[in-house]
Amino acid sequence: DEEEVEEEEGWHQLYPGHIPTSPLPQALLAAGSAVMALYDPYRHDMVAVLGETTGCLALPNLRDKMKHHPEGYRILQERPRIRLSTLDMSRLQGLPDGSLGREYVRFLEDNKVSPDTRMPPKFVDDEELAYVIQRYREVHDLMHTLLGMPTNMLGEVVVKWFEAVQTGLPMCVLGAAFGPVRLSTRKLQVLATELVPWAIRSGLNASCVLNVYYEQRWEQPVESLREEIGIFPPP
Amino acid sequence: LSRVRGAPRALRGLAAGPGMHFGFQSVTEEERREKIYQVFESVAKKYDVMNDSMTLGIHRVWKDILVHKMNPCPGTLLLDVAGGTGDIAFRFINYVRSIRERQLQRKLKQHQNLSWQEIFENYQEDRFNSLGDSQVVVCDINREMLKVGKQKAQHLGYSEGLSWVLGNAEELPFDDDKFDVYTIAFGIRNVTRIDLALQEAYRVLKPGGRFLCLEFSHVSNPLLSRLYDLYSFQVIPVLGEVIAGDWKSYQYLVESIRQFPPQEELKAMIEDAGFFKVDYENLNFGIVAIHSGFKL
Repeated sequence: DEEEVEEEEGWHQLYPGHIPTSPLPQALLAAGSAVMALYDPYRHDMVAVLGETTGCLALPNLRDKMKHHPEGYRILQERPRIRLSTLDMSRLQGLPDGSLGREYVRFLEDNKVSPDTRMPPKFVDDEELAYVIQRYREVHDLMHTLLGMPTNMLGEVVVKWFEAVQTGLPMCVLGAAFGPVRLSTRKLQVLATELVPWAIRSGLNASCVLNVYYEQRWEQPVESLREEIGIFPPP
Repeated sequence: LSRVRGAPRALRGLAAGPGMHFGFQSVTEEERREKIYQVFESVAKKYDVMNDSMTLGIHRVWKDILVHKMNPCPGTLLLDVAGGTGDIAFRFINYVRSIRERQLQRKLKQHQNLSWQEIFENYQEDRFNSLGDSQVVVCDINREMLKVGKQKAQHLGYSEGLSWVLGNAEELPFDDDKFDVYTIAFGIRNVTRIDLALQEAYRVLKPGGRFLCLEFSHVSNPLLSRLYDLYSFQVIPVLGEVIAGDWKSYQYLVESIRQFPPQEELKAMIEDAGFFKVDYENLNFGIVAIHSGFKL
């Protein structure tokens, strides 16, 4: 067996960080990450992996929605990334209260989060779809801003319901369904009676949130953007 | 996704010019050492959990068999290289302790007419010598692995006769002719210059000392080999990702097994280092093999 073949890491790699996988490992990853994400909610990487391995129907759907929309199409072409290095934080802070940029920065500061903690995709076997899921992740904090939801368990669940309706990603659906498991009854009540119905209605009414070029709308007031997209005011 | 099984022969075992292998990648010697250090630094905390998951607990049996084959008696001085989290060291201590206890019991049985005072004194003097002067030195190149090992030892209550040394298998920080037994369990595969490690093993062993190596080896049965490959390449990295959040390290592990010399080749290398009566025993159809040799 004197083959001279040397398999380079990078064979079949479609983008940096890509780990090509065949169907069996993909299925095992989907199942394993689902179990692990439920077992240990602090394993955000498992939630990410679950999203990637189960998104084979929803992601092409999202990509097509983007392709058929002028702003979405531009996003797919230009591939903007939301990262601390690409954001002009001081400029955003200087914007008037109520504008998207100002409120976004406020959200980041209040909840002590950063856009740089989003995991890059590993198991999506299509380069464009990998960008779509990356965009979805990076836009998540803006969802919080637009919906006015904090990053506690309750707020995250509400955002997941909205995203589930908007994107159809199985990971969002699972997160929305199982997330409430760890909430107190009082919170569950608020969730069930007010927040979730509102999130669903907004999600159904709104146009695709991935079709908004947020980076070009920092000055736009949040309320005006909400109206434009079709998100109802938060309760 | 089909992976090429087997690697260019020239790269197995020794450095072929400046090019070396890291799993299925080709790298320089320095790069390889660096990458391997990083792999074990990252897997250290989940090392034991992963071993149990990947081998379904069978690795414990393999290690038990190694220590049974060693059959140490009280007074044996063991050097466990790449001993990281202490699995072999703890087993060695347990084994020697139980032998010692049996020795004590036999001794006391023979003295049927001892007074209570004499029995008490016997227990006293041997209580502080439960290992009968046996000692094990755990040597590992990786600080993180040693850290985990020390924590485990503390947690499980091992302290007597146990010491931890940071060191490189290719250049051991010990004098010649020091140890009765040298073991390296699932470690030699990660050594960059296996020939040097074997030479060092020979050097630090006493004349009459024994070399024991427990390592993944080659499965010759074709059907089993295919199942093993499937499991290795399609399941193990998934386990790595789900349990440890680290696909790449476990992919390296699986690839490094394929790169490692098979049973006969390793036997030849051990003989080259000067060992006699070199032999090997396959466990689980060659998934794992124990190689043994003596310094005479």
